[in-house]
Amino acid sequence: MTKLKSTSELEKLRKKIISEKDPKKRCIAVCSGTGCLASGSKHLSEVFQEELKKYKLSGKMEIRKTGCHGFCEKGPIVLIYPDEICYLKVKATDVSDIISQTIKEGKIVDRLLYTDPNTGKKIAKEYEIPFYKNQNRLIFGNNSKIDPTSIEDYLALGGYTALAKTLFKFKPEQVIEEVKKAELRGRGGGGFPAGKKWESTRKASGEPKYIIVNCDEGDPGAFMDRSLMEGNPHLVLEGLIIGGYAIGSHEGFIYVRQEYPLAVENTELAIKKAEELGLLGKNILGSGFDFTISIHRGAGAFVSGESSALMSAIEGKVGEPRSKYVHTSAKGLWDKPSNLNNVETFANVPIIINKGAEWFRKIGTEGSKGTKIFSLVGKVNNTGLVEVPMGTTLRQIIYDIGGGIPKEKKFKAVQTGGPSGGCLPEKFLDFPVDFDELYKAGSMMGSGGMIVMDEDTCMVDLAKYFTNFLADESCGKCVPCREGLRHMLKILEDITAGKATKEHVAHLEELSEVVRDASLCALGQSAPNPVLSTLRYFRDEYDAHIRGECPAKVCKNLIAYYIDPERCQGCGLCRKNCPTNAIRGETKTVHVINQEKCIKCNTCFDVCPKNFRAVSKLSGKPVPTLVNDGTPIKPLKR
Amino acid sequence: MKKVTLQIDEKKIDAEEGQTVFQAAKKAGIIIPNLCYHDNLEPFGACRLCMVEIEKHNRKRLVASCCYPVEEGLVVVTRNEKIDKIRRVLSELLLAISPSGTHAVLAKEYGVTESRFELEQNPDSPCNLCGLCVRYCKEIKKSNAVAFNGRGVNKKVALVPGVSDQCLSCRQCFTVCDAGKIVYLVDNLL
Ligand SMILES: Cc1cc2nc3c(=O)[nH]c(=O)nc-3n(C[C@H](O)[C@H](O)[C@H](O)COP(=O)(O)O)c2cc1C
Repeated sequence: MTKLKSTSELEKLRKKIISEKDPKKRCIAVCSGTGCLASGSKHLSEVFQEELKKYKLSGKMEIRKTGCHGFCEKGPIVLIYPDEICYLKVKATDVSDIISQTIKEGKIVDRLLYTDPNTGKKIAKEYEIPFYKNQNRLIFGNNSKIDPTSIEDYLALGGYTALAKTLFKFKPEQVIEEVKKAELRGRGGGGFPAGKKWESTRKASGEPKYIIVNCDEGDPGAFMDRSLMEGNPHLVLEGLIIGGYAIGSHEGFIYVRQEYPLAVENTELAIKKAEELGLLGKNILGSGFDFTISIHRGAGAFVSGESSALMSAIEGKVGEPRSKYVHTSAKGLWDKPSNLNNVETFANVPIIINKGAEWFRKIGTEGSKGTKIFSLVGKVNNTGLVEVPMGTTLRQIIYDIGGGIPKEKKFKAVQTGGPSGGCLPEKFLDFPVDFDELYKAGSMMGSGGMIVMDEDTCMVDLAKYFTNFLADESCGKCVPCREGLRHMLKILEDITAGKATKEHVAHLEELSEVVRDASLCALGQSAPNPVLSTLRYFRDEYDAHIRGECPAKVCKNLIAYYIDPERCQGCGLCRKNCPTNAIRGETKTVHVINQEKCIKCNTCFDVCPKNFRAVSKLSGKPVPTLVNDGTPIKPLKR
Repeated sequence: MKKVTLQIDEKKIDAEEGQTVFQAAKKAGIIIPNLCYHDNLEPFGACRLCMVEIEKHNRKRLVASCCYPVEEGLVVVTRNEKIDKIRRVLSELLLAISPSGTHAVLAKEYGVTESRFELEQNPDSPCNLCGLCVRYCKEIKKSNAVAFNGRGVNKKVALVPGVSDQCLSCRQCFTVCDAGKIVYLVDNLL
């Protein structure tokens, strides 16, 4: 490939690429994001190729391996263009039907369609499936349209137009002005205004300047950055180059965690292709602007995503945070002015440049503009990546897109912002989600993690779970975070074990406040959020544990399993499956659990036939006095 | 060096640009508690006992004075209810590592006689990871024979195998160690 030396050469190439693509030609897009690959989509693409050969359709059709479509739970996903027919959970054995029916005859394979769990209706078109229909995929939308290894696919959809516009129509200051006017806030957690950060890095004295993409994504359960980086790498590269131009940097870094091999692979390839076309490197598009990008693979601790720790890691030192009273925009990587933004922040930039700040500002709320990608997981019917305008309510996300809570359970809380976010109860369901509102409610946007919990979740146990994660992930440098989390965890363990008093809860609260106020970096400062937010909204559950009751019947020390003599049919299933032989009883007589031997593994509860429901969990009350061995069962009325 | 004037505990103080609030205060005879500060070492910001409240543009904020650079017109308060609460709880956390040491004196000063937190069982000797030995070795001796090992609640100070043979004859960092951990580690080299 020859290097492009001007905007007109870029446009000529784009025209050529588009003219070679027949819009009516069928294209089978097989999601090849990490999620779908794990459920077998690599093999699936191969089978598609073979089948096409069999039907002598090879040249007439394209198999496109795209990035993540977001509906990972239903993967592997196959989308058929131009009709946008969406097939879910596609197996290799389905391929032949898809080709012989859909491709050859235009018929739809019903069994592979999405079924609405409420109405039982089958839905064929992707854009009509509630999960997709209720989203606004500004950033994520092209993931399902392009092959991330093909720069041509990106160019065909208008890729690098924003870069050309920036280099030839904007002075660096104007780019910053545009991003400021768009009020783009950082998507990595803090929500800091991106334009302002760019401006202070531009104005800082010291050369060279560095610009860095944060793709550490240490938040377990979040994968939006991975999906963007591996599914549409050129979008991030384009945003990064524009950012480099704006702040006066010629050297960019992309920090990707080691555990994201596909993201690294696709980004490496994207850098190579952009260099070949002269969209990266010396004298980009003949503009005189030089910019290079290198990838740094991170060892992937949660704390390495923190800005000063990340920069230390790129320098080859231990990835540990330091005080940032002197901002990294003034003294960052190798003590030079450095600008760090999240993957999604950079992905917004080309869109802002192309469509203009005025257009962008119309999406979102007063204080938070644009969209945000959330990773919706937990007790919700449709899990996956969800992109919605800022200000969308939790109810719209959890019910309209997420399809509500499975098994007719009740919604209890939603944890936003990842492990160090807060838990919000039901009264916040109609609450608009944006940076400031979440913060006011005692939670945070974080990277966009969203974990839905139903009535079976114990909030104290949950706070313990996250505190445990954070105690492990703390770097251990400062006393409040290291020692504070250690003792917070101990107290939480005591509470869930029923060994704590009211005073312990008061200690926990005071300690949490000190950890929040005195810790060195944002990990420690936000680590008490799970505890403080559950204390704020679910204090009654803490009180219950003090009294010896776990209301959700989760905490093992506070529950007992009990067989209801009125319901037990003496089938013996629980007895046969009990791993500690804690259940006795003859067939057709009432079974009894020996509480001393019971390890509360839940097996008896799980295996007791649904129509008997004889095993129950008790908490906070004594186990009823035992019936005599050999008591005959009472047959249940039908 | 450029001079700046700031206010600490209602006292006007002259300082040099590049100094930290802690250093400016110390020079003016205002003592701020600390465990990990050392005149000849880079600021570390780990013990957080030196947290103070600063006021800037009418906004108050808690910062670690050992890391915060002086600024013209900065208003600093080194003790108030919030700060005292932090120091009280931090000294309780330190007492849970070891019942004696510099922090025990401080704890008393802040009205703490006993820690509410469970005393940790330290199989070898207690250490609050102030990092003075690690930094002394790295910055002054330029040896890197002492290092941090592990992460989070499992972090420890350890001698680096192969490099630490010299420790037996050096022992310079012993003077900066309050807890005696480094003495313990070096003695166990024998
Ligand atoms: C413990 C911790 C982990 C973090 N992890 C990430 C991360 O994985 N990705 C990210 O973009 N930002 C992460 N951040 C936030 C970064 O420090 C920084 O604010 C962000 O990358 C700046 O980009 P933005 O302004 O575009 O949001 C983390 C912060 C902390 C305290």
